[in-house]
Amino acid sequence: MQPQHNIRRLVELYSAMCRIRAFETAALTAHKEGVIPGPLHVSIGQEGVATGVCLNLRASDRITSNHRGHGHALAKGAGVQGMMRELFGREGGHCRGKGGSMHIADFSVGMLGANGVVSGGIPIAVGAAQGLKMTKSDAIAVCFFGDGAINRGPFLEGLNWAALYHLPVLFVCEDNGVAAFTRTEAVTAGPGVIARAASLGVPGETVDGNDVMAVDEAAGRLVAEVRSGKGPRLLQARTYRITGHTSTDAAAWRDPAEVAAAKTRDPIEKLANLLSERGVAASEIDGIRSAAEAEMAEAVADAKAAPWPDEAIAYDDVQDVGAVAFGGRA
Amino acid sequence: MSVQSVSLVEAVRLAALQEMRRDPTVWVLGEDVARGGLYGQYRDFLPEFGAERVVSTPISESTIMGAGLGAALVGTRPIIEMRIFDFVMCAMDELVNQIAKIRYMFGGQAKPSVVIRMPHGIWRNSAAQHSQTLESWFVHLPGVIVVTPSTPADAAGLLVTAIRSDDPVLFFDPKNLFPVTGEVASVIEPIPFGKARRVREGRDLTLVSWSAIMPAVEQAAATLAAEGINVDLLDLRTLWPWDREAVCASVEKTGRLLVVHEAVEAAGFGAEVVASVIEDLGPAGIKAARRLGAPRIPVPFAPPLEDAVKVTPDKIVAAARGTMR
Ligand SMILES: Cc1ncc(C[n+]2csc(CCOP(=O)(O)OP(=O)(O)O)c2C)c(N)n1
Repeated sequence: MQPQHNIRRLVELYSAMCRIRAFETAALTAHKEGVIPGPLHVSIGQEGVATGVCLNLRASDRITSNHRGHGHALAKGAGVQGMMRELFGREGGHCRGKGGSMHIADFSVGMLGANGVVSGGIPIAVGAAQGLKMTKSDAIAVCFFGDGAINRGPFLEGLNWAALYHLPVLFVCEDNGVAAFTRTEAVTAGPGVIARAASLGVPGETVDGNDVMAVDEAAGRLVAEVRSGKGPRLLQARTYRITGHTSTDAAAWRDPAEVAAAKTRDPIEKLANLLSERGVAASEIDGIRSAAEAEMAEAVADAKAAPWPDEAIAYDDVQDVGAVAFGGRA
Repeated sequence: MSVQSVSLVEAVRLAALQEMRRDPTVWVLGEDVARGGLYGQYRDFLPEFGAERVVSTPISESTIMGAGLGAALVGTRPIIEMRIFDFVMCAMDELVNQIAKIRYMFGGQAKPSVVIRMPHGIWRNSAAQHSQTLESWFVHLPGVIVVTPSTPADAAGLLVTAIRSDDPVLFFDPKNLFPVTGEVASVIEPIPFGKARRVREGRDLTLVSWSAIMPAVEQAAATLAAEGINVDLLDLRTLWPWDREAVCASVEKTGRLLVVHEAVEAAGFGAEVVASVIEDLGPAGIKAARRLGAPRIPVPFAPPLEDAVKVTPDKIVAAARGTMR
């Protein structure tokens, strides 16, 4: 038990995690029903990372994410209705039905986008940090990526760049031990992300990503350092992805015992237990969870009832000059 | 020789399997290939060929591509698996500046005998970064072969040729057609590059297409036949080299040409076909020549938006009718 965590903060963290879990659980169900098209990458089991980091950010801070971005978006404050509608491909989605789950974004809250290309968000976050620094903003950039992303060039290039220009960026490696269907250790040489960051002059530290209080504490400290102009930092959060790579991947290649063990370390259950140890009534704890579920059920009902976007929308947002008009010649 | 009915993904699996059994220098590298590949196109390769020849790599596209080239330079024949075409963007230097140039730049000393497999096209509402068809970019790139099959038999036969080729081959698997079935011989013979396949014989209009849009084109051709418009339908199968002779011979007969592709119409390969035919036959020999492709917009996610972008049988029929006026 960490003394700095008062009950109010714990409840806040718990509620944020419950909302992510409820959102993704509802989305998974809808995907199975066939009402959400396209691939769906959920982060069930990893909610502690997005929550612990984003609850230390300001509205003006920016984040970039990867293909598994629902949690990052929600924790950063993205509107639920716009997110769910986007997943459903309906009118009123944050990306007007053009992005879907893999490209979820809500720029109005500083969520600069999920990404279909592994490590694609890293240079973008670095550049956002550079722009923020240039314009003397006190906002920072945070970049979420998986352990699979550290074997692509943009990771090394981005860290070097951030260190070189002393940029206000926090790199968050969500280390779930797998990359798609492969154990990351089978394709990653050397001692890992912290050592790589250190070799480029970016100080890093490791936390248990399933312990949201630990993430909260570390992220709070690192965010403060980054914001105060100390340069980039890296946080490695070890976690576990309870579900498969995509909604259609049963992850049958994993040992069921491993998954069962991971469930005992579920960040949400862990915090629920702690709340109850600290005297919060079971009814209150359950109430937070069921409120999140009700919120997301409502978002699903709203999205299901929302109209499809008009075909003409497909032709919007391409470019200012030289765009093809709807119905015009290509 | 016996034939079997298999899906396209099984056909290309069998083709690669046959070639890896025939030639121990053939091997495959890419993400998750040891697990069978994203689509099962390398299913059961690991137990048969082992981890030295079925190499599951890190997510490191530029090195997957560049290492494939390096391994070719010392006499092996790598199949470079890009998983989804769009990720080749992460390896463009290795492909465009290295693989495509190395033979020429070094005065013929290098032999970049690689096959780069890039499953491309619109697929299950995967949105703008997982749906692209940019094959025309690579036709514009000297030094490479561009292969765009649409049937199990063609995909298998062309993959065999690709693997045996000393030239670098860009093999665009039509990922949306992976489940489509067709007959494939038990011994897969190579299909030469640059030879179109006549899908349908007709005298009224020459219809030219390739890759994942072919089933829609065939459907349109059937509709047109019911209306009394008989199309001469050619599947180019490879875009470089491409069967200019067959297309010109057909247009000489029909006087009308429509080229259809899933890719954006502007600066697509259809433009090259139309221009070449006009050059060869002269404008007087042609009553109509046009292209049909996607509007110049990225592929959106939502089903009605994706449908708005797609070239459909209806749009093909309408364009064909337009050429008959
Ligand atoms: C450049 C690139 N290569 C490959 C892929 C296909 N792909 C999508 S997610 C993924 C695994 C990513 O692993 P990691 O970053 O650890 O995230 P996780 O899925 O474990 O959350 C892969 C290989 C991609 N999207 N982009």
